[in-house]
Amino acid sequence: MTTIVVFVESAGSTPRRASLEALGAASQSGASVVAVVTGPNGPAVAKALGAFGAAQVVVLTGADQYSPDATAKDCAAIVCELKASAFLVAASSTGKDLLPRVAALLDCTPHCDCTALRWSGSASGTRPILAGKAIATVSGGGGVFCASLRPNCFAAVEKAAAGTVTTRAASSARLAVVVDVSAKPGTKLDVKEAPIVVSGGRGLRAPESFSLVEDLAAAFGTAAVGASRAVVDAGWRPHSEQVGQTGKTVAPQLYIAVGISGAIQHLAGMRTSKVIVAINKDAAAPIFKVADYGIVGDAFEVLPALTAAVKAAKG
Amino acid sequence: MHIVACVKRVPLTDIQVKVAADGKTLDTAGVEYMLSFYDELAVEEAIRTKEKLGGEVTVLTLGPADASKELRECLAKGADRAMVLPDNAWGTRDARSTAKALAAKVKELGAQLVFTGRVATDRDQGAVGPMLATYLGWACVTDVVSLELTAGGGKAKRETEAGVETVQFSLPAVLTCDKGLNEPRFAGLKGIMAAKKKSIEESTAEQVANQANFDKLELPPPRKEGRILGEGAAAVPALIQALRNEAKVL
Repeated sequence: MTTIVVFVESAGSTPRRASLEALGAASQSGASVVAVVTGPNGPAVAKALGAFGAAQVVVLTGADQYSPDATAKDCAAIVCELKASAFLVAASSTGKDLLPRVAALLDCTPHCDCTALRWSGSASGTRPILAGKAIATVSGGGGVFCASLRPNCFAAVEKAAAGTVTTRAASSARLAVVVDVSAKPGTKLDVKEAPIVVSGGRGLRAPESFSLVEDLAAAFGTAAVGASRAVVDAGWRPHSEQVGQTGKTVAPQLYIAVGISGAIQHLAGMRTSKVIVAINKDAAAPIFKVADYGIVGDAFEVLPALTAAVKAAKG
Repeated sequence: MHIVACVKRVPLTDIQVKVAADGKTLDTAGVEYMLSFYDELAVEEAIRTKEKLGGEVTVLTLGPADASKELRECLAKGADRAMVLPDNAWGTRDARSTAKALAAKVKELGAQLVFTGRVATDRDQGAVGPMLATYLGWACVTDVVSLELTAGGGKAKRETEAGVETVQFSLPAVLTCDKGLNEPRFAGLKGIMAAKKKSIEESTAEQVANQANFDKLELPPPRKEGRILGEGAAAVPALIQALRNEAKVL
């Protein structure tokens, strides 16, 4: 039986959803799955992973501060020792940073931000390029198939496995170390991870009116706020919220575009969303061409009504 | 300090993509090119670092022999040298092959600091920066949005799902630049004139066979035709109904 190693990230002592999706993708392949966790909460995170298909969990100890280069060395060493056939991470900020380093240490080529994997015969992956304007099928890459998986594209699978926890001392040679993480205010979800994204554009006319977008996101409970390039360039919203070719590519269950006309660069960043809703004054706006449902109307009129209706529906 | 900015030529971001007859590559007929957006930030940060700490900036690209248009603009902005590693297969090199060729050249140049973009906006991998650092055995911080360099190292901030990380690193290092780090300058007339007198150096790219296969390239499936539910707030009940009963996302 082949082995797949998955690096699992956590928020506090909870494994991140996108990492559980990577575990799910690994266990779907039929391989034996080994999870790697690090950080002060490693032991607590490790306990949860047997339920998501991990036969074994390696806890890196002594690494309270995260070092990407040291963690890469540890992951590569574990992959080599177990003669694993694949190494998977979530295509998060940390995962996208870690994967190429591990691949280089294994002298392999990574496949980043995959939206689907196939394990029959040799492994292959599907990954959007040119910000989603084209989809490439990729394979090979050396002895170990190294891939990062786009959040919300794979299912986390609840599957009981042994979940045997072992510890391993983390590499002490470190070239870079995360010395501080200033958490986002409140419980704001990141636009890449959130199952629902409500994005605003120029149609909101002023930065203050983004409160309407925030209200709708809050009504859903599990939604993040996104923004078009135009409003980020205008300084209304931070770049971390930008969806599109020079921002983030997202694939939520539900994407609501408010006052966004739908420039090709924006469409590239959100067209793989499961359901797209567009609210725009201009019935000819290109955003309606990719939307499943559209409302022609002014954001200032539609948003408060929609927020109230969502609140009522959520009961 | 010798600073290198690694840059890549990519298709303009507003092109309509066409797949070539082989079904595996981009049809490049009529495609126009630019420097990858994030690489512009890398060039700017390299020049700013030189202005602050002194040293020399070399802009390095593995690309077509005629990449001089983009490189000359970097010279006009304030880079001291520009070097191209001509390779007709630049567009199909995999990340490892590119990173290894760049690593060999960066070492040869004796650089201590490399800036490059967070990602090239064609392949969207974001892999070459951290791979380059790993092959060199250097520190690396990706997606940098703010930077403070000190003797022998520095601190960089990057935005993650969890918040803003501060990463302390030692030199030599590879830093990949994200939007927000700086606003790239425009080349001035004086710079443009000076750049005309400079030569674009050519050097040899180490040949490293590709490992990754591009088996297929296709356009994304067209989305099913959607429908307009109505106008204004009156259409909200229909939308809630559709999201709940049809799309089942509410």
